[in-house]
Amino acid sequence: MIAAILSLTVIGTSLGLVLGLAARFFRVEGNPLVEELEALLPGSQCGQCGYPGCTGAAQALADGSAPLTLCPPGGRALVAALAARLGVEADLSGVKDAVPSIAEVREELCIGCTRCYKVCPTDAVLGAAKHLHAVFREACTACGSCVDVCPTEAILLRPLAPSLQSWGWGRPGQPSLADNEGRLAA
Amino acid sequence: MRLFKLRGGVHPEARKADSSERPIRPLPLPQRLFVPLQQHIGAPARPAVRVGETVRAGQLVGAGQGSVTAPVHAPASGIVVAIGDHPAPHPSGLPVATVTIEPDGDDRWFEYEVAADPFALAPEDIAARAGAAGIVGLGGAAFPSAVKLDASRRSGVDTLIINGGECEPYLTCDDRIMRERAAEIVTGIRLIQRAVGARHAIVGIEDNKPEALAAMRAAAAATEVRIRAVPAMYPMGWEKQMIQALLGREVPAEGRSADIGVLVHNVATAWAVQQALCRGRPLVSRIVTVSGGAVAQPCNLEVPIGTPVQALFDACGGFLSTPARLVLGGPMMGHQLAHTGVPVVKGTSGVLALTQAEIGRAAPAPCIRCSSCVRACPVGLLPLEMAARVRADDLAGAVALGLKDCIGCGSCSYVCPSGIPLVHFFSYAKGELAAQARSKAKQEATRKLAAERSARMERIAREREEAAAARKAAKAAKEAAARAAEQAEATA
Repeated sequence: MIAAILSLTVIGTSLGLVLGLAARFFRVEGNPLVEELEALLPGSQCGQCGYPGCTGAAQALADGSAPLTLCPPGGRALVAALAARLGVEADLSGVKDAVPSIAEVREELCIGCTRCYKVCPTDAVLGAAKHLHAVFREACTACGSCVDVCPTEAILLRPLAPSLQSWGWGRPGQPSLADNEGRLAA
Repeated sequence: MRLFKLRGGVHPEARKADSSERPIRPLPLPQRLFVPLQQHIGAPARPAVRVGETVRAGQLVGAGQGSVTAPVHAPASGIVVAIGDHPAPHPSGLPVATVTIEPDGDDRWFEYEVAADPFALAPEDIAARAGAAGIVGLGGAAFPSAVKLDASRRSGVDTLIINGGECEPYLTCDDRIMRERAAEIVTGIRLIQRAVGARHAIVGIEDNKPEALAAMRAAAAATEVRIRAVPAMYPMGWEKQMIQALLGREVPAEGRSADIGVLVHNVATAWAVQQALCRGRPLVSRIVTVSGGAVAQPCNLEVPIGTPVQALFDACGGFLSTPARLVLGGPMMGHQLAHTGVPVVKGTSGVLALTQAEIGRAAPAPCIRCSSCVRACPVGLLPLEMAARVRADDLAGAVALGLKDCIGCGSCSYVCPSGIPLVHFFSYAKGELAAQARSKAKQEATRKLAAERSARMERIAREREEAAAARKAAKAAKEAAARAAEQAEATA
């Protein structure tokens, strides 16, 4: 019986050693492009592209199975960066930067269930059980994860009003949206 | 001393005589003063008063916060009636946080301590006092002066240039202040010179202001401050052009004048420094030119900060005809006013009411590649090529051609025979670049937040497992102890 135990132990150990060494020496290198592309993506794992997080999206971009315009939060700047990295021409004309928005909690409907702050990928929701929740403007990326889980429809995405800091001149020939709104408000 | 050759520039009709021959008049206090908390480049000031509070003239109403900022003071004694949004004197007309004061007409001043001899103060003390008085660059850029003084003292500058160029057509506020308050300006210049430790101080004044040149020469006769006439052209008042004309030194691309050991301040800023240090008066008023073909009596007014623009036109006899365009600042670099309810701020050099004859311009035609804009550009850029790239959304291409060095002076638009709004293309492109930079910063912040969150989630999961394991171990130990006790009892 001792001989059997010993021989099995020796066989197990040596096979394990061979497998371990093989894993180290014959390791398949991950596609380095995927890592580079992932570094370009926002990294909030919001899932708006339909892939499981930014790693999945980067993988799909590297395979060429996803369009460059897959990431709504990234906007035009990201499309341009991805196109430059992948060496392809990007058609920016169709890409609209999403209207900058943030999530907003409607105080009269919030029941303090804490679901939204558990799913927020950037910790932008503040709250505790049975207490009103609030959103940090600076941290919110308007990914909409919280909107999907709210049981009382108390959270919604609201377009950000243009501010003096974010205002810029419109394209010559077409008055900018902010310009018009500003005049109306004034 | 000779003058140096300049690049580019245009010669628009000056139209300064309308307002330059009347002395500066103080504007009576309006019914309400709308004092914006952000009148400068940098972080906005934080309200330092509450609604209903009585303030004296010169009292702090907005405290600066952050490193690049400036405080805001009450222009008159009165009651704070509101703190909230009011349209900003900005092309967008968007609201800005504003302290509204109802003056009581008592003219009670908040007393600040004044040094017996301001020239005996330490250089950093002079800069600190100028900063506490809320002084910003009065030439129009409104950059906090104390920040500029401190940075220049640290990096070391050898020449202080005081800009009396005033190259914008119509504007005569610097001309008038030099004619009427030359002695105060020279004192202010010497204080700034002491604050930064500059060896030379030179005032550059365009040669189309002979009276101002004479007044400044007389005031500076007994001092080391030198007064120099420079040729009248636009944009002479751009600081890099002034440096080039006086010293023959060129500021490197995307650089600052401090990089070549020069500090530039406006004449009105020098006057404000003198007022702050010698009289203890913070910056609560400024000289504003009211002019344009539609104004009955163009002139210069000393205006309390926060006065609605309408009050300025009223004080100048109202309009001769309905103005076709209202402009804040000069006609070259100023911008259109949304309406006349916006207040005068520290950076407001003039308000213009122009008639259709003064602004008339046909719809833009295609570029004929005449290169007039290339000859006019004072920076030495290729406006026609940059505009073509901006039009095609090739911002990187425009930046490679020097978009970031464009100062937005509008000389290219002015000379364009096709009437192409070249400078508008560049302003638009600069805004887009800023928006891209902001979204990149936001992406960085998002990535950091997401990484922190996933690290925290992992830590929580690990701690939960550890706690469960610890509980299990404690339970096992407890059971073992109970068993041992039972056994001990049984054996006993």
